[in-house]
Amino acid sequence: MSTETGHVDHLGKKMGMWFFLFTEILFFGGMFLLYAIFRSKYAQAFHAVAAEENLLLGTINTVILLTSSFTIALSIAAVKRGENILSSHLQLATILMGFAFLVIKVFEWNAKITLGLYPDSPLLLKRGKGEILFFGLYYVITGLHGLHVLVGCIVIAFMLFFTRRKTIDRGNYARLENTGLYWHFVDIVWIYLYPLFYLIT
Amino acid sequence: MMPRSDVPVAGSFYDRTGKYRWIVAEWMMSTDHKRIGVMYLMALLSFFSVGVVLGFLIRLSLLSPGWLVDQQTYNELFTLHGVIQIFLFIIPGIPVAFGNIFIPLLIGARDVAFPRINRLSWWLYVTGAVIILLSLFMHGRPPDTGWTFYVPYSIRTPANISTAVLGVFVLGFSSILTGLNFVTTIHRMRAPGMTWFRMPAFVWTLYATGWVQMLATPVLAITLLFIILGRFFGVGFFDPAKGGDPILYEHLFWMYSHPAVYIMVLPAMGIISEIVPVFSRRALFGYTAVCLSALGIAIVGYAVWGHHMFTSGMSDTARVIFSFVTFLVAIPSGVKIFNWVSTLYKGSIALDAPLIFALSFIFLFSIGGLTGLIIGSLAPNLHLHGTYFIVGHFHYVMFGGAGFSILAGLHYWFPKITGRMYSEKKAKIGWLNLFVGFNILYFSMFVLGFQGMPRRYFDYPSQYHMNHVISTVGSWFLAVGLIIIFWNLIRAVFNGEKASMNPWGGKTLEWTISSPPPHENFREIPVISRGPYPYDEEAVR
Amino acid sequence: MKEKYSEDHVVSTGTYTAVWLVLLVLLAATIAVARLHLLARFSVLGTLAIASIKAGLVLAFFMHLKYEGGFLKGMLAVVLSALTILIGMTFVDVWYR
Repeated sequence: MSTETGHVDHLGKKMGMWFFLFTEILFFGGMFLLYAIFRSKYAQAFHAVAAEENLLLGTINTVILLTSSFTIALSIAAVKRGENILSSHLQLATILMGFAFLVIKVFEWNAKITLGLYPDSPLLLKRGKGEILFFGLYYVITGLHGLHVLVGCIVIAFMLFFTRRKTIDRGNYARLENTGLYWHFVDIVWIYLYPLFYLIT
Repeated sequence: MMPRSDVPVAGSFYDRTGKYRWIVAEWMMSTDHKRIGVMYLMALLSFFSVGVVLGFLIRLSLLSPGWLVDQQTYNELFTLHGVIQIFLFIIPGIPVAFGNIFIPLLIGARDVAFPRINRLSWWLYVTGAVIILLSLFMHGRPPDTGWTFYVPYSIRTPANISTAVLGVFVLGFSSILTGLNFVTTIHRMRAPGMTWFRMPAFVWTLYATGWVQMLATPVLAITLLFIILGRFFGVGFFDPAKGGDPILYEHLFWMYSHPAVYIMVLPAMGIISEIVPVFSRRALFGYTAVCLSALGIAIVGYAVWGHHMFTSGMSDTARVIFSFVTFLVAIPSGVKIFNWVSTLYKGSIALDAPLIFALSFIFLFSIGGLTGLIIGSLAPNLHLHGTYFIVGHFHYVMFGGAGFSILAGLHYWFPKITGRMYSEKKAKIGWLNLFVGFNILYFSMFVLGFQGMPRRYFDYPSQYHMNHVISTVGSWFLAVGLIIIFWNLIRAVFNGEKASMNPWGGKTLEWTISSPPPHENFREIPVISRGPYPYDEEAVR
Repeated sequence: MKEKYSEDHVVSTGTYTAVWLVLLVLLAATIAVARLHLLARFSVLGTLAIASIKAGLVLAFFMHLKYEGGFLKGMLAVVLSALTILIGMTFVDVWYR
């Protein structure tokens, strides 16, 4: 959007992105609501099953996402200083970390699926109701979160391209900043997911 | 190219821009809020017509118990009627049609904040509509769960639920983006001098609605996703055998669907706030209260969803709380009603079509709102839930309210959008048929419901026969009224008298530009130095 | 009257690094609280509280919320209140059945 003088409304674009993140808060919020209700009903089962999670992989993933937030924040600061090359390196680092996160996630999912633990599997249905719910929530929430990570990686890749091309620069970086906001949001969702699935033992 | 005599004056936003060879491409690729709004309006009214035909068929089949259609078909009819009227007509409704066309004009801007996202919203709407229509024709049956998709039936029925629900999901995304766009637009693009309290009240209601669209629709999105996951992967959040709880589905569903009715009615109230001052030549009484009440309705309306669930098995504590808060939401609505009536008092009333529809709104919405208080009370609700009383209530507020407001807005802004004028006489004749038919059709439902007739039933015991017949006859008058109204408007598009810039004497910005408006809206962005309804100051002068 | 904005404010690399390190420390702390049951019965509440501090730091510094006008902060508060109402009132149902 532009005003009569042709200047781009930076704050307006940023506002739009924040509003979109607000909708995402409510979207994930619905899932957290179910988690909260079911956990309050089946506290013991949730505690027991959470111990089966791979704490090491979960922790590594948390470190990865926190660091990726760090790198994308640095990349925006770099563009504001006019250092496009540095910024593009930092964005690449963010993307690589995003992919590392997804690879680890795939490993975790695969481990469970080969054990026969997936929604509606005969093995899972033999376990208690609390455990069935825990696994259902696990797959749905981490699945949708992973989808958001994937989308984020793709969008950052586009920003990387624009940064190298200099269509993103110190006078015009709203797109990159908004991408950063989205990425931080995805990080924050994980910051909450991590204790809820790995630490409530 | 020679100007044809049956198109509006040259220099309007309808003129070819020359960017595309085919006119369909030019319009479908447009980011002009006016073009997007007009396309939405055409789509909305088309879907409304389909929905009316379905309603007509439903009423026809109820002339005699179990007549005309079998049980399965009846379930599909009322499901489709609800899905089309709610998701394809009235929720997008006023925001996407009048909001799109008029927000930038009312605040003195050239377009919305994010024109390309606006275009995306439109494309998503079309896509969602196509997907829903697909669910009718794919192998398997059309959806038969009711528009509420309650579990467990929505998980177990072999009908094409996942497709229909996917379509609604896409429509929801369209709605979210529209709300986001409008809220940002209103924050950032007001003309110089247009402070928040110099904005037209209609814009305030669209602002409040935008927040509801953003904060409620995502809950529907995740709920619909849970249905699809339940059907395809056996994820059993609502299945007791898997530890789930079906009442949680109702919670999640109504967390959106109650605020959704405020998405329907807040903009409708905004239109009434625009029309009443113009046609009584008086400033809107209590303008500040009217604007803030829009926010009040949006906020309180966010916390009442449980009143749809009083007989579901919810806890007593929750039921009492939800009933109490439901009463609270009537307060800001009452503020608006009282202020409109006060505006009319000692005004110079021009009983033209827009005002007649607006006055109908006040009357019909009041009936709907008051019956809402009856069923918002816990004890009566236990008897009236799931009966025709509910059906009567929501048709009074949604059709008598939002529907009549759309007709009011159509007649009010018709000259601005098309550059033509309709026949006032035909509008009034159509209105009379519609109004009489409407009340016969729906008031009898209050009686039926009170007598115990359940809703969504394709047949009934003979004691309900007379009122069903009365109701159906009412639907025939209503249909005739709608036909006259729309025939009048459609004819006027091609043959109506040319309209002036400001046929009603309105004081808001859209009346300062040509009818229809030019591509760029304003030659120069205006500087604002007064409120939107300066009639009282002018009268004193 | 337009909202004030922070276009010109660049957060220093030093600040970002400090925040990142604090986040990692808090991560260690939260594992300790959970696995060592440092807070006994309040372990879960404790881990969620630490998660909220981490989220707050990401919001304030990485997302620049600390440097934005009151409007965005206010709206975020409204959104979180909305979510709280939804979850809270659902609990009033489930707990009191």
